[in-house]
Parts: sequence; C-alpha cells; structure tokens
Amino acid sequence: MDAATGMRPAPSEMSFSRRDDDTLLVWLAGSWKLQDDLPSANEVRKQVKSNPRVRRIAFETQKITAWDSGLLTFLTKLVNQSAQGQIELDREGLPSGVRRLLSLAEAVPEKKGARTEVVQPSFVERVGRSFIDSEQSLLEMLTFFGEVTLTFVKLLRMKARYRTSDLMLLIQECGAQALPIVTLISFLVGVILAFVGAIQLAQFGAQIYVADLVGIAMVRDMGAMMTGIIMAGRTGAAFAAQLGTMKVTQEIDAFTTMGFSPLEFLVLPRMIALILMMPLLALYSDLVGILGGAAVGLGMLDLSATTYFRETMHAINLTDFFGGVFKSAVYGVLIALSGCLRGLECGSSSSAVGDATTSAVVTGIVFIIATCGIFSVIFYALGI
Amino acid sequence: MEATHVENSTPHITVQNLTMAYGSFVLIRDLNFSVRHSDVFIIMGGSGCGKSTLLRYLIGLKETEGRGEIFYGKDNFSSADPLLKEKIRRRFGVLFQSGALWSSMTLAENVGLPLGEYTDLSPAEVREVASLKLALVGLSGFEDFYPSQISGGMQKRAGLARAMALDPDILFFDEPSAGLDPISSRLLDDLILELRDSLGSTVVVVTHELASIFAIGNNSVFLDPESRTMIASGSPKELLAHSDDPRVRRFLTRGEGEEV
Repeated sequence: MDAATGMRPAPSEMSFSRRDDDTLLVWLAGSWKLQDDLPSANEVRKQVKSNPRVRRIAFETQKITAWDSGLLTFLTKLVNQSAQGQIELDREGLPSGVRRLLSLAEAVPEKKGARTEVVQPSFVERVGRSFIDSEQSLLEMLTFFGEVTLTFVKLLRMKARYRTSDLMLLIQECGAQALPIVTLISFLVGVILAFVGAIQLAQFGAQIYVADLVGIAMVRDMGAMMTGIIMAGRTGAAFAAQLGTMKVTQEIDAFTTMGFSPLEFLVLPRMIALILMMPLLALYSDLVGILGGAAVGLGMLDLSATTYFRETMHAINLTDFFGGVFKSAVYGVLIALSGCLRGLECGSSSSAVGDATTSAVVTGIVFIIATCGIFSVIFYALGI
Repeated sequence: MEATHVENSTPHITVQNLTMAYGSFVLIRDLNFSVRHSDVFIIMGGSGCGKSTLLRYLIGLKETEGRGEIFYGKDNFSSADPLLKEKIRRRFGVLFQSGALWSSMTLAENVGLPLGEYTDLSPAEVREVASLKLALVGLSGFEDFYPSQISGGMQKRAGLARAMALDPDILFFDEPSAGLDPISSRLLDDLILELRDSLGSTVVVVTHELASIFAIGNNSVFLDPESRTMIASGSPKELLAHSDDPRVRRFLTRGEGEEV
C-alpha cells in the first residue's frame, strides 16, 4: 500500500515521559512491523533501571500507524521483563487488537518440561554415547539375522507364507532390470584392469599376460564385488525405501495385526530374489569384464582374439568360478539383510526413510568390502 | 440400544492397571475399563493424549511390558504365548488411520489376502468374497484398482473392507473420520453401526469427532493428558448429561459448557 501511494511509512519511534512519580509512560509511534527497524525492549528496561521509583509502565499508542507481530514480540519481551522486576504493566493504552492477541498468547501457560534444555555434550560423552549406540545397533542386527535365519528354516519346512507373485516381481526387478548397469560397469572395470596391467607388463614385453590378469581378477573377485556394490546401491536402497515407506504408512502394522509376519512376507522374497539373481549377475559381469579386457588387448596391444581367449582359458579354472559365484551369493544375502533391516527399523517420517536408505547402502557396501577381505584371507589360507 | 445386549456376561475386553509409556516417559497411567460384547466403545480425549497409543496396546503392536494387563474374554493377551496371541489377533479387524492398504496390491488382493491365507476358499471364491466385502463399503467395480488410484475416503472404506474380511469379533478404528468430508464421515458411522448390528461385532473407535462420538458410542473412556490418566468412562450421552468434571464437559460441548 505504501509502495502504491509512493509514501514511505513513518519509522517506528519510541520515547519516554513520566505520568506520575511512579509511572513510566512509553510513547510508541509510526509503523511497528517486523521488517521495520524496531527499537529494543532493553531501552525500556534502562529507563526503568535509571528511575528506581518507577512501579508501573503505561503506553500511549495513538500515533501507531501500522503494527504486526513485531509490536507483539516487543511487548511480550516487556511483559516478561516487568514480571521479573515486579513492575506493573498497564495495557490500557495499547490498541485493542494487540491487547486481545497478548491475552491469547498468555491463555495457555507454558507447559513445564516441554522446553528441553539443549546441552552440548562433551567430547568424551559423545564418544561414549556413540559406543553404546553402536553396541545396541549390533545387537539389533544380530537379532534380525537370527530372526531371518529362523524364517529360512520355516521356508525349508515349507511353512513360510509369502506371495509368489511378489517374488517373481522382485526377481525381475533385481535380475533382468539390473543388466544394463552391470554391463556398463563391468565392461569399464575390465578395460581399467587391462590398462593398469598393460602399462606394467609391456615393460617386460609380456602384454599377453593382460588376459590372465583381467580374467583372474574378474572371475575371482571383481565380478562379484562390482555386482555387489551396484546392487547395494540399486536394490538395497530400493528395499530400504520400500519397507521404510510401508512402515510410515502403517502397512507393516497392518501385516502384523493380521498375523502375517513381515519377515516372511516382505524380507524372505527379497532375500530369495537376491540370492538367486546375484550369482547369475556376477557370472554375466565376469564375461563382460573379460570382454572389456579383450577390447583393450585386441585394440591397443595388438593381440589376436584367439591368443587372448586361449590365454584367458588357460589362466582361469572352474574353482575360481565357483569361488566368485559363492561370494556373490553371500553378498546377495548381505545386501538384502542390510536393506530390509534398515527399512524395518525406519522411523515414522519422510526424513527417516531417507536416513534408512542412506544407511542401507552404506551398511551394504561396508559389509561387502569387509567380507571380500575376509574371503581373500580364507581362500589364500586354503590355497584356493 | 443397550437393552438388546446380554448383560452379566464376561466383558469382551478388560484393561487392568495399564500404564502406557515410551521408555521411561509415562503417557497415561492406571487405566481400568472394560468393553462389553457388541459395544461401540469410544476412546476419546484431546490431541496427543495417547488415544492411538492405547489402540496400539490393545491390538498388540505395543507390549505392556509388565505394566498392566489386557484380557480378551478370559484370555490374558499381555502374557499370552505367541500362538495364543496369534489366535486372539485372528479375531481382530483393524482400520488404520490412513487406511494402510498394501500399495503393491489391488483392492481385491488386499481384501483377499487374509481370506486366502486363513480359509480354505479357492482363489475364485476368495475373489467373490472380496468383491462382496468391497460392495458392502460401496466400492463395487473397484476390485482391480490400486490404492494409489483411488481417493482418501475410498482408501479408508477399502481398509474397512479388508478389516472385516474375516468377519472379526472385534473391529478397531483409528480416527475413522479423519480426512473425510462430513457426509462420508456420517456414512462411515452408519456403516459401523450397521456392522455392529448385523454381525454382532464389538467396535472400538479412537476419535475426537463429537458428532461421531454421540452418534455411535454407547460406552467410552476419556483420557486426560494433564492428569495422565482416564478421568471418565461410560456412555458419552450420559457423560454429557451428568458428568461434573469440567474437563469432560468442556470437551463434549466444544468448550461451550464450562459455565453451565
């Protein structure tokens, strides 16, 4: 309105005078809005302090042109201050709207204990707390693992209940639909491995061993691990988000109250789907990775296709394949476990679903890499 | 209305000395009430007083952890072993606040899932029964719709169809009229009464809709967050007529009856 008329609003003003010996009269004038540069309530306090005999504060507000919450906050501060200093606040002179809003704000007394003091814990306390928390979450994880194992026992005894159509859909989602991304990543990993090897091996004129390097690395470890990491980001996250949302919308409660175990109905099919699909994806990834290595070998190192593939077949044996396939199945279990666990633990808000998803991916990848390390040691010790 | 019910039998649900708590934070203590067979029992109170939490205790989503007991008939639900608990639960039907339909299934599949699991019906029969239940809530023709394709009110009615799929003895409703327009909410109330009368189910409703409370309730418990306990129980109409407690009067008259 001010802009339309081209007039600048009158600035907010405050001045003081004494009505009686014990009454401070506060003159308010101009525009008292939040965006205006409002005088501070402390000035009133200074006035009161400099006149120890003042027992009352009164207002003269005829000249206020406009007001909003700015004036109210200013007055609320005054109310609190004067309550502390046992000074009476005469609200007679305030605009009637302001008086009504003030009494509305005071109608419900502050709930005791609702306002919590935020105390910044010390470093030691934080370390201690996070240790206790991690113990707790480890316990939850083990409990979940135990429950899932029991559910699997039920499955073997043909007593587990789940919908076959759900399982089929999940197999499609984490099988065939993952092929494009697995193709891309595996091919590039093959290419990268070949380049890394080629630079070193060319110094000895032993480029042909690039085929051995790529073949062994892909089949024994990289195929399973890359697939695992892709699936943790792709499917593990999806599981956590699906189950987390179902938690928020009470769909999981609905399963529980109807006597359907969420573990059987939701976790089991997801786990079966991943255990079945992961080895297939890993084998596919092995193949594509070897092709990626071959692309470098044939294109840059002047090896012939026959030599390259004969060398690859010579380098890898069936045991290597079985090792890789076994690892990938284990990774499948870990991805499904972390995804479903985080989803079922999810709190009841949309940000909790985000946290659950993040946590599922992080847990999944950490599990995969750690397990991969453990397997390497065991396989080495066993001479596989 | 009450005259038609059998008196003196064991109450359908009995709650004894229940204390509801989240960890060490006590929400409500000393809850004692019973729900008779074929009651429409209202759990009422202002927002945040623990109505929905009480419902979670009643349907076993929250454990009593030794702080009080809940009986269904003569069975102690709180200390029941998982098998008995499962058996008691099988007699429940629950309508959650948001409907909580399983979003990956069609309406017919939602209603049919418990039927398929707990009865010997063939898939074709399951579908017939599911269609019937959907027709009862006015959703005939929507069998193959997914929950996301229908409106909130329809989701709620579909949730009701699922809750009564197995003809339960007890129906629980969490805020049935929340998010519904006045007419839909009225229709839902009529439906609840109709189900009670025709199937003889006991109905437990969490709500703060005054219109619903007076229209359908014949027994109730009033939770008060300030004193952290129940401060009234009985028929809502009687409470309105005879209660001396200003907090109850205030609630039942939308805050207008304080001075009366």
